[in-house]
Amino acid sequence: CSKKLDRLPNNGIYADSVYNTLGGYKQSLAKVYAAFALTGSNGPGTTDLAGIDAGLSDFVRMYWNVQELASDEAVCAWITDANGAILELNTMNWSANDAILTGLYNRCFYQITVANSFIRSATPDAVAKNGITGANADEIKHYVAEARFLRAYQYWVLMDLFGNPPFVTENDAIGSFLPKQISRDSLFTYVESELKAIEPDLIDARANEYGRADKGADWALLARLYLNAEVYTGTARYADAAMYAKKVIDAGYQLKSNYKDLFLADNNVNNPEVILSVNYDALRTQNYGGTTFIVNSSINSDMVPSSFGVPAGGWGGNRAKPTLPNLFGNLSDSTDTRAMFFGDIKDVTAMNQFTDGLRVTKFKNINSDGSTPPDAGVFCSTDFPLFRLGEVYLEYAEALLRTGDATRALTAFNAVRERAYGNTSGNLTTLTLDDIMDERGRELYWEGYRRTDLIRFGKYTAGNYLWQWKGGVKDGTAVASYLQLYPIPSTDMVSNTNLIQNPGY
Amino acid sequence: QERTVTGTVTDTAGRPLQSASVLVRSTTTGTQTKPDGSFSLRVPATAQTLVISSVNYASQEVPIAEGAIVVRLEPLTAALADVVVIGYGTQQKKDVTGSIATVTSKDFQKGTITSPDQLIAGKVAGVSVTSNGGAPGAGSTIRIREGASLNASNDPLIIVDGIPLSEPRKGDGTSGISGAANSLALINPNDIETFTVLKDAASTAIYGSRASNGVIIITTKRGRRGKPQVNVVSNLSVATIAKKLDVLNADEMRNFVNNSPTATEAEKGRLGTANTDWQSLVFQNAITSDNNVSVSGALKNLPYRLSLGYLSQQGTLKTDLLQRGTVGINLSPLLFDKHLKIDINVKGSLSQSNFANQSAIGAAVSFDPTQTVYNDKGGYFEWLQSDGTFNPNAISNPVALLNQYHSTSYVSRSFGNIQFDYKFHFLADLHANLNLGYDVSQGHGSPYTDSSRQGNNNYAYRGVRSYYKQNNNNYVAEFYLNYLKDLRSINSNINAVAGYGYYDNKSTNYNNYTFFVDTKDTVPGSAPTYFNDIQQNTLISYYGRLIYTLANRYILQGSIRTDGSSRFAKENRWGVFPSAAFTWRINQENFLKNSRALSDLKLRLSYGVTGQQEGIANYSYLPAYYLAAATSQYQLGNTFYYPYTPVAYAADIKWEQTESYNAGIDIGFLKNRLSATVDVYTRKTKDLLNTLNLPVGTNFTNKITDNVGDMKSQGVEVTLNASPVVSKNFRWDLSYNFTYIHREITRLTKTVDPTFFGNPVGPSIDPQGTQVQINSIGYTPFAFYVYKQVYDTDGKPIEGLFADLNRDGIINNNDKYRYKSPFAPVKMGFTTSLTYKQWTLNALLRANIGNYMYNQVFSGSGNIAAIISPNNFIQNVPVAALSAGFQTYRERESDYYVYNASFLKMDNIGLSYNAGRIIKNKVNLTVGAYCQNVFIVTKYGGLDPEVYSGVDNNIYPRPRTYTLSVNLNF
Repeated sequence: CSKKLDRLPNNGIYADSVYNTLGGYKQSLAKVYAAFALTGSNGPGTTDLAGIDAGLSDFVRMYWNVQELASDEAVCAWITDANGAILELNTMNWSANDAILTGLYNRCFYQITVANSFIRSATPDAVAKNGITGANADEIKHYVAEARFLRAYQYWVLMDLFGNPPFVTENDAIGSFLPKQISRDSLFTYVESELKAIEPDLIDARANEYGRADKGADWALLARLYLNAEVYTGTARYADAAMYAKKVIDAGYQLKSNYKDLFLADNNVNNPEVILSVNYDALRTQNYGGTTFIVNSSINSDMVPSSFGVPAGGWGGNRAKPTLPNLFGNLSDSTDTRAMFFGDIKDVTAMNQFTDGLRVTKFKNINSDGSTPPDAGVFCSTDFPLFRLGEVYLEYAEALLRTGDATRALTAFNAVRERAYGNTSGNLTTLTLDDIMDERGRELYWEGYRRTDLIRFGKYTAGNYLWQWKGGVKDGTAVASYLQLYPIPSTDMVSNTNLIQNPGY
Repeated sequence: QERTVTGTVTDTAGRPLQSASVLVRSTTTGTQTKPDGSFSLRVPATAQTLVISSVNYASQEVPIAEGAIVVRLEPLTAALADVVVIGYGTQQKKDVTGSIATVTSKDFQKGTITSPDQLIAGKVAGVSVTSNGGAPGAGSTIRIREGASLNASNDPLIIVDGIPLSEPRKGDGTSGISGAANSLALINPNDIETFTVLKDAASTAIYGSRASNGVIIITTKRGRRGKPQVNVVSNLSVATIAKKLDVLNADEMRNFVNNSPTATEAEKGRLGTANTDWQSLVFQNAITSDNNVSVSGALKNLPYRLSLGYLSQQGTLKTDLLQRGTVGINLSPLLFDKHLKIDINVKGSLSQSNFANQSAIGAAVSFDPTQTVYNDKGGYFEWLQSDGTFNPNAISNPVALLNQYHSTSYVSRSFGNIQFDYKFHFLADLHANLNLGYDVSQGHGSPYTDSSRQGNNNYAYRGVRSYYKQNNNNYVAEFYLNYLKDLRSINSNINAVAGYGYYDNKSTNYNNYTFFVDTKDTVPGSAPTYFNDIQQNTLISYYGRLIYTLANRYILQGSIRTDGSSRFAKENRWGVFPSAAFTWRINQENFLKNSRALSDLKLRLSYGVTGQQEGIANYSYLPAYYLAAATSQYQLGNTFYYPYTPVAYAADIKWEQTESYNAGIDIGFLKNRLSATVDVYTRKTKDLLNTLNLPVGTNFTNKITDNVGDMKSQGVEVTLNASPVVSKNFRWDLSYNFTYIHREITRLTKTVDPTFFGNPVGPSIDPQGTQVQINSIGYTPFAFYVYKQVYDTDGKPIEGLFADLNRDGIINNNDKYRYKSPFAPVKMGFTTSLTYKQWTLNALLRANIGNYMYNQVFSGSGNIAAIISPNNFIQNVPVAALSAGFQTYRERESDYYVYNASFLKMDNIGLSYNAGRIIKNKVNLTVGAYCQNVFIVTKYGGLDPEVYSGVDNNIYPRPRTYTLSVNLNF
């Protein structure tokens, strides 16, 4: 009779049936990727995380918030939402209880845990045991390398934002245990070694399927890692940054001719610039984060949402702080095609007034030919670039300039300028680090780079560079330097007694 | 040798009782009284005692004496009911060891009651019944001693005629029967005879793992021996909205916008010229008619009862309608020389509900009163974007919300059982009891919007129809042996029970595509991943109980139950739940036995352990994967893949356990005309099924429901009953109950950390999921967690200024504090009934003291700047929300919006007239007039101070209802 207590769900799928075909492995790998594109697997209202609104729990959305709102680029009107987390980011006044920081930290680890589980299930032994051999088994080796890449990417995010997170790998099975903490410089070594270790198993640059990591993505992340190495470990690695940036540039990627087309609904086709993106589809890959969030939060109904491809959308939240449009000088006569703003009030007098501050119209759910993709409503099909050649050029320029090669730095730098202006009219003849910081602002604004950049350039917390609402004061004020690292969320501090909080919190 | 006994049976007022049963004790020899109350019965010479009983009266045993016997039956009240239903058996009231309260039909709440839970609101100390709103058939949140759990279910176990009711799991993860506003509303309240509430562990532990939140045993009406009795009850009622929210009227709105210093001309131009009271357009006076017929009697040795009911209830929100037909059959034959008693119960109901679009309630508060219902083209007025299309960010026309939405559900449910009670031929002290029961239901519906109405997230998708369907099949099999023996030689009595139970609950939720209403094409992306999902759980139980009574005054009781649940892994599957109790009937001691004033004095002490496993997922210990939905695919290359998602699981999840101590005193004077019951308890729940944060990296999510946390609660319950006047023409009864409860969380994390601020809980107050309540150590569950508002010298809140409680110079999340809770520490109920000749006046008052409420209606519209929305529309706000004059929403998390919601409510007042026998003296007629929700005394500024969650967000208002009732007996 006790047998009756062994109840199983009718739609339950178990590891033995998931991992008995190559297709099953690929659907499982798809979840490792989907972990940073979707909030959950049962539609846009669902989330893999808990204790957070489903729509807010998206990786790109939260990463965007912590990199952009806590910088000179963006401010959000929803200052009481998410238990005040938006306001805390707007004003650089966060605590270890911040809902978005907690959510992002959890999201990073969610993807890491899913990747660990996949890697565990795809060891050569496991694959052989499941009866998969030959070319199929070789294909799974690529999958494993990609899962390790995604895990390394998330550890890079954690190292950049939180410094000293807990550390779990495929050797840690699911269950009740307390992960050990890893220091920021040890984590740097780990990410570096992983990215180097998987390089042979990754498919050649530009040879993999769209949306999958290849050697190009691996090199691009290594370049980014080395460029910021001094922040992470105290030891600069600019030469290594330049070396890996050059590998990417030499791999044959090309800048897309029209800058604006990089951020449109059909940016998944004919796109030689993007190295790896997070992929969305208004019908098949829906969530309330990602580009759906960026597009809708940047417009309100005054701006005719249908002209952004979201006729049912327009949430009126994010705009630029004046420091962003100011990078383009006088907007009315700017010939820089990257300046995409709406409105006429630059000043953010009231944070919660959506019309205070210029609106950014860079991301749209419109095709490059001006048509609206089918099924338009609120969800967007625009893919979010994680790595693209434009960024790599500027990394290359910066790494060269920092290692004393100003001439080659200028060439790389002007490659980006020429695309922006359509000709050489915007080219510079001399180059400073400030020029690079400003150029990164113009080229990469609202793509989630800014906080990391400001820290690398030493302009994040001190009084040497101010922006509106920095420190909670309208005209900005210096804040404590410990804010360069986010706190380990208190939820994890309590759950895991192995953790030591970052200084200052 | 036989002889004839004669006599009459009357009520306490001396009125003759017809059809009362007169039986020789321990035999089947019996008869029924005639209309004048008289009887005549031939009895064997050996017969010594008669048992006289009648519906709603306490049965009496009288010695057979010479001459006519005159019997006055006492009306059955909770205090006087002589037999009490306990788990797997009954017990004499005088012997009861646990904390048990009984409410019989006579004492139920009166008026228009469409869901059984409302019958006992305010009637029992320690039991709170909070209605979930005014929708037809809406249910209630029932709490016995406020529940013992945090994240598992706090609902009591409800058993109807031996069938434990189970809430099936719906497709969306919530529980209930799909298509039913409330699964209890599928039971006709008119079929219910008694509610027995088991509160302490001594009485509930026999139900083991499902008992931590108390047990409610519902007994339905049975057939009685005698000629057929027909009862017709017909209620007609009208429900009205007791109070509307005071919002700006059209002139005030025009005045506000035109004088706003920041309003642009374009914004002023949006104002209309109409004067529309949107609340009066969405609400109506709602008519309910409730008709019930029952026939009961006996066909030879087969007592039966058949009942039919038909309810038609409009909602006060237009387009809401519930229609319900019910049937109940009860047969209780006695076979094999009375050794086999069979009890057959079958209940069935069919209901059709038209569900109104409840978002019209909030929209009616917020929609601009200067606009007309229809635009000049004959369509509904809606806010448009600058390109002339529908503005999806604006509030929608409340009338359109109602009229363009159509949702009809069809639900059928039947439950019943057959119970065999066999008294062994060779050992009459031993009974074997077999109970086989079922509870099956099906609900389905297909809500749709008119093709003129836009879908939620997709502009192109207009007029979409979806489908849902659910089948539930629950089965029960129970077998127990009961041995009852008087051991005269040692002046003792033993009552032993040992049994086995098997409970299986299975629900199947069907998924379907959604379709366009006009073209009937499938909506892209709506393909379900699975066309059905079967959820099943099974419980297997073994239980035993021994009650030992010494010298009729010392009662020792012990019980034990072990339950095995399919919800847990093999290693944690079985739980053991013991209890022990001692009762001392002090008034039976020699020094009190002869007291005339003291009629009852009893001390009860009990201890027990109960478990809880409801309210958690069915398979949460299993590592598994699931296939993604069509809208959650991921593109790799040119292919979209359905990802396999690993499910988070708690491999070692197990029972939560509640340990309770209870001490009680029952005291009665003057044949219990004055009686009191006092209970004091303390209980500790450990291994709480708590949704807690996991160390990240250890599972496929960051929070999981597992056994972490402790909570303690303490309480005092007092019940006083008095009948100050009992005379032939005049009777006055009073009943008062008082409840004090204190609950405190004592542990929330695996490792003790005093710096842990807690787990945010409660409803979201904004689209980003902000919550204003928290579970934290040392505080009541669901305490409010808010900023401390700073006020100016005039007592006006200063916008954006909160106290820097941790004095670090920064106002952030660390400055929030725990401020009050939604739970009332003190609750009271007061019932009175006055009978003068044929007139009876009933009234019920209820009070909650010390409960607080977060007013989201006010906080959500407290920003006067938002009246002129940046999203191209104008919205209305409650007048009270304006007083602070806030310009932003910054105040949402302020304690300014947490109000004292203590209240005194008159739930019910009614007058009935017993016209006596009419139509050739054959029909007894009673007519009554009742008013429900008569008045509320409260300082709370919102519509209703009683919302279970503690967050008031445009609840469906509970109406004021006027009922006319006709009751015929023949």
